Amino acid sequence: MSANGKPKFAMYWAAACGGCEIATLNIHEKVLDFDANFEPVFWPVAMDGKVKDVEALEDNAILLTLFNGGIRNDENEEMAHLLRRKSQILVAFGSCACEGGIPGLANLSSLDSLFETAYDTLSTDNPENLRPSPVYEAPEGELHIPRLYKVLKTLDQVVPVDYYMPGCPPESHQIAAVIDLVIQVLQGKAQLPPKGSVIGAGVSTCCDECDRKRNVKKISKFVRIQDVKEIDPELCLLEQGIPCNGPATRSGCGALCPAAGAQCIGCYGPAEGVVDFGARLMTAFASVIDSKDPQEISRILDGIVDPAGQFYRFNLAGSLLRAGKPAWKW
Amino acid sequence: MKQRISIDPITRLEGHGKIEIFLDEAGNVANAYLLIPELRGFERFCVGRPIEEMALLTNRICGVCPEAHHMAAAKAADAVYHVDPPPAAKKLRELLYSAFYFTDHTTHFYALAGPDFVMGPDAPVAERNILGVIHKVGLEIGGKVIQARKYGHAVVEIIGGRKVHPCTSIPGGLTKGITEEQRQEIEKMGRWAIEFAQFSLKLFADMVLGNKTYLDLILGDIYTHKTYYIGTVDENNKVNFYDGKVSVVDPEGKRLGKYAAHEYTDWIAEHVEPWTYLKFPYLKQIGWKGFVDGKDSGVYCATPLARLNASDGMATPLAQEEYEKFYQTLGGKPVHQRLATHWARLIELLYAAERWVELATDPEITSDNFHTVPTEKPTEGVGIVEAPRGTLTHHYWTDERGVVTKANLIVGTTNNYAPISMSIKKAAQNFIKQGVTVTEGLLNRVEMAFRLYDPCFGCATHSLPGQMPMIVTIRNAQGEVVDTIRRD
Amino acid sequence: MSEKTTFEPVIVGFTCNWCSYRAADAAGMGRMKYAPNVRLIRVMCSGRIDPQFVLKAFAEGADGVMITGCHPGDCHYIDQNYKTMRRYELLRRTLVQMGLEPERLRLVWASAAEGQILADEINDFVETVRALGPLNWPKWEKEETRQLIEEAV
Ligand code: SF4
Ligand code: SF4
Ligand code: SF4
Ligand code: FES
Repeated sequence: MSANGKPKFAMYWAAACGGCEIATLNIHEKVLDFDANFEPVFWPVAMDGKVKDVEALEDNAILLTLFNGGIRNDENEEMAHLLRRKSQILVAFGSCACEGGIPGLANLSSLDSLFETAYDTLSTDNPENLRPSPVYEAPEGELHIPRLYKVLKTLDQVVPVDYYMPGCPPESHQIAAVIDLVIQVLQGKAQLPPKGSVIGAGVSTCCDECDRKRNVKKISKFVRIQDVKEIDPELCLLEQGIPCNGPATRSGCGALCPAAGAQCIGCYGPAEGVVDFGARLMTAFASVIDSKDPQEISRILDGIVDPAGQFYRFNLAGSLLRAGKPAWKW
Repeated sequence: MKQRISIDPITRLEGHGKIEIFLDEAGNVANAYLLIPELRGFERFCVGRPIEEMALLTNRICGVCPEAHHMAAAKAADAVYHVDPPPAAKKLRELLYSAFYFTDHTTHFYALAGPDFVMGPDAPVAERNILGVIHKVGLEIGGKVIQARKYGHAVVEIIGGRKVHPCTSIPGGLTKGITEEQRQEIEKMGRWAIEFAQFSLKLFADMVLGNKTYLDLILGDIYTHKTYYIGTVDENNKVNFYDGKVSVVDPEGKRLGKYAAHEYTDWIAEHVEPWTYLKFPYLKQIGWKGFVDGKDSGVYCATPLARLNASDGMATPLAQEEYEKFYQTLGGKPVHQRLATHWARLIELLYAAERWVELATDPEITSDNFHTVPTEKPTEGVGIVEAPRGTLTHHYWTDERGVVTKANLIVGTTNNYAPISMSIKKAAQNFIKQGVTVTEGLLNRVEMAFRLYDPCFGCATHSLPGQMPMIVTIRNAQGEVVDTIRRD
Repeated sequence: MSEKTTFEPVIVGFTCNWCSYRAADAAGMGRMKYAPNVRLIRVMCSGRIDPQFVLKAFAEGADGVMITGCHPGDCHYIDQNYKTMRRYELLRRTLVQMGLEPERLRLVWASAAEGQILADEINDFVETVRALGPLNWPKWEKEETRQLIEEAV
C-alpha cells in the first residue's frame, strides 16, 4: 500500500500494438472509480513513471499489473521479470500476452526470413544488404538495440502468470468488470478466482453468445467471405460455409464479429478446458463437413486455403507446438 | 579498437525508441540517432495468409490507427481482385474513416500537443498534460474531449463491428450496411463534431495565435525544415483521407507530380540503417542524401502540414476557410515551420467532421448494395490511405487462389522517420554547445519536435503518439557517456 | 556407418480397440514381426483421437505418429472413423504448413483380421521415418529456449 493507502497498479506493453491500452482507456467513466481505488505507479501510455522507480519498489509492492504484448526480444523479457517480481497479481492481458496473438504468427518463419523480408522489399533500397544489428559501431560510437528472439513467446512462457484476460483487445466492458471485481475484493465483498483462471471472459464458446441460428446443417463446401453473394443475416456463418472460429473460441465479447456479418477469427482464445485451440477447431470443422469420400473431403478442405493460419491465427505461440519448424530449425 | 560501452540496463529496458547524441572534440553535437527497438515481421507472416485477412491481421500492427491499416489492406485487396466496391461501401468506409480521424486528431491535440501551447512550452512537466489544460480552460472541456472520443468510437463500432480492430471490410466492400436509425444517430453525432472542431480552432486562435511568444516560436527557425511534402488529394487536388492520388510538392511548393497507388515504387524508396529496426523512406527521383533538408535531398514529410502543403485546399467549406486563413497568417505556401502542424491538424479535424456529416446525409449511405462479389482472378494490388501520421501503403501479391505470396508495407509514421531525426539533431545542436547542455530546454524542445509529428511508433514498434519515453544519452568524442537525460 | 542406420525412431500409434488394436495383437500373437519402435496407445474408436493427442506426441518428442482405425464403413460407432478421416486431413495439412514432413504422420485402416497388413504398414512407416531422421521438436523447456535465444542473431 502506498502513503495514501491506495494499492498500486501498473500496466505495461511489450510486443504489443497499443490496442489493449486504447481499450483500457475506453472504459470512460469507470476511470474515475479506478482512480479512486488505485494508485498507478507505472503506466507508460497514460502517465509519467520510470522503470527506475519500479525497480526501487519492494518486491510485491504493486498489487495489480496488467501486462500486454508478447515477448519478442530480450528487453520485453527483462520487463516481464521485473514486473513479476514487483507484483502480487500479474495478469496476462490480451491475446498477445496470453497466447502470442497475431504477431505470434511470425513463429511459422525463421527470424532470418523475417529480416530477409523486411529489409529486402520492393521499395527498399539496400544495396549492401544491411541488417539491423543489436550492437553497431557508428562512426561516433557504439549503438545498441534489443535483440530479437527466434520465436515470439507468451508471457507465461517466461514468468509465472496469475490470471489470463483474453481478447484482441479485451472488450472494454470486460475490463471494467474485472476492475470492479478487484475493487470489491479490496473491500472484502468478493473473492478472487483461483490462480491460473481466465478472467474477464465467459466459460462457454462464442457460438453460445451468437444470435445466429444454427440448424445443425452439414456443409458441402467452404466459401471465402468475399465470394458470398449475400451473407444471410440470420443463419450461422459456418453453416453458410464461411470458416467461423466461433466453436473453439471462448465467450466474452458477445459474438461481435458474427453480429457484424464477419466470421469470428478467434481473438478470445481457446474455450474453457481446451488445451490447443487449433486441435479443437479441427475437430469442430471435421464434424460439420458432409462427406465420407476421401476425394470429396480433400476438395472441400481446399476451401480452407490457409489451415495453419485458420487454426492458429492468435494462438500459435501458446499452442502445443508453439512454432513451425522453420522457426527453430535453421 | 573502441571499447564496448556497457549500457545502463534501465535505459535499455525502457527503450521504446531512444536517442543517442554524440559530441565532437570541441563538445558540440556531432550526430544524433533515434533508435527504434523492434521488428514484428508482418511482411513475412502475411505470406501464406488469404488476402481477405490482411484487413484483420495488419490491424494489429497498430492499435492507435487500426482503422488506417484496415482500410489500406481492404483497398489493396479490392485491387488484388480488380473489383470496384459499390458506392455505398466506399462511402461507408470513408465515413468510418472520417470519424476515426476525428477521434485521433482530438486525442492528439488535447492530450498531447495542446498542453505545450495552452500551458506554454516552459511550464513544468507536471502541468503540461491534459489535466493542466482542463484546469486552465475549464472543466467543461474535459467532458467535451471524452464525448468527442466516444462519438468517434461509436461510429467506428457501428460500421466496423468493433471499437478497436474493426472487422467488416472485405474484398469488394463490406459485410454489412447501416440502418436508417443508425444513420440518424451518426448524423447527430457528426453535427456535434463540427461544432467541437470549430470550438477547438477558436481555442487555438485565442490561446496560440493571439499570443506573440507562441507565434514567434512557431515562426522561428528551430523547427523549420525545408523538405518535400506528400499527401493524398482528390481529383480537384483537395485533401482526401480515404482515396485519390498522392501529390508530391518540392520545398518551393511546386507540384512534382501525383502518383496513383500502384505507382508508388516510382516515387518512394526506403533506406536501411543497421542501428535501428525502422527504415527511412525518401523520394526516389531525388535520392537518399542522408539526414539533410533542401531540394537536393529526397527526405520528405507526410503530416497534416504536409497534406495541406501538397494540396490546393480542403473539400468542405468551413475547412477551406480555415485553410485560407492558415496560409494568409503564415505567409503563403508552403509552410515549413513544423510547429504549424498542430494548426493544420485542427483544420483537418474540422474537415473530418464536415465530411462525416456529408457522408452521413448522403442518400446512398443506407443502401443495401454494400458488396460486389469479385469475379476476376486475384493477382497483385496496392492500397493507399492517408493515415493521420502519413501516407500508408499496403502492397500485396497473391497466387490465383488469392493467397498472399509477398507483401510490402510502408506505414504512416515511417514516412517521417528522417525528418523527426533531423528535428532532434537540430534541437540538440541548439541546446548543447561546447559541452554545455541546457537540459530542460533540450528535453522540452526535443519533446515538442516529437509531438508535432505525432509519431506513432506503435506502427513501427508500439509507443503511443507523443508518449514516447525519452532517454537521451550524450557521449563525448571518445564515446564515453557524459550525460544521460530522460523523460519517461 | 552413418548415424541414420543406428537411429531408432520413436513412433506413437493411436489404435482403435475394435479392429486395428486387435490386428496388432494378432500380429504379435502370430509372430508377424513388426518393429518394436512403435508405442501403441489404445482408444475405444479412432473417432476418439483428438488432434491434440497427435500434437502432444510430436511436442513430446515423437518422430512419427500413426493413427489406425476400422475400415470406412466398419466403425463400431457407426461413422466416427469418417470424422477421423476428415480430421486427419486437416491435421496433416496444418502440420505440413508448420514444416513437418508429411511422411511423419500416417493413417492406416486395418480390420481385426489384417494383422499382417498392419505389421507391414508399421514396418514401412518405421523405415520411412528412420530415413527422415530424428524430428526433435523442441520441448521448449526454459533452458532450451534460452539456448535458442543465444543462438539467435
Ligand atoms: S492483444 Fe490485440 S489489441 Fe492487444 S496488443 Fe495484442 S494485437 Fe494489440
Ligand atoms: S459458428 Fe460462428 S456464426 Fe455460427 S454460431 Fe458459432 S459464432 Fe455464430
Ligand atoms: S467474435 Fe471472435 S474474433 Fe470477434 S471479437 Fe469475438 S472472439 Fe474476437
Ligand atoms: S470403432 Fe474402430 S474406428 Fe470407430
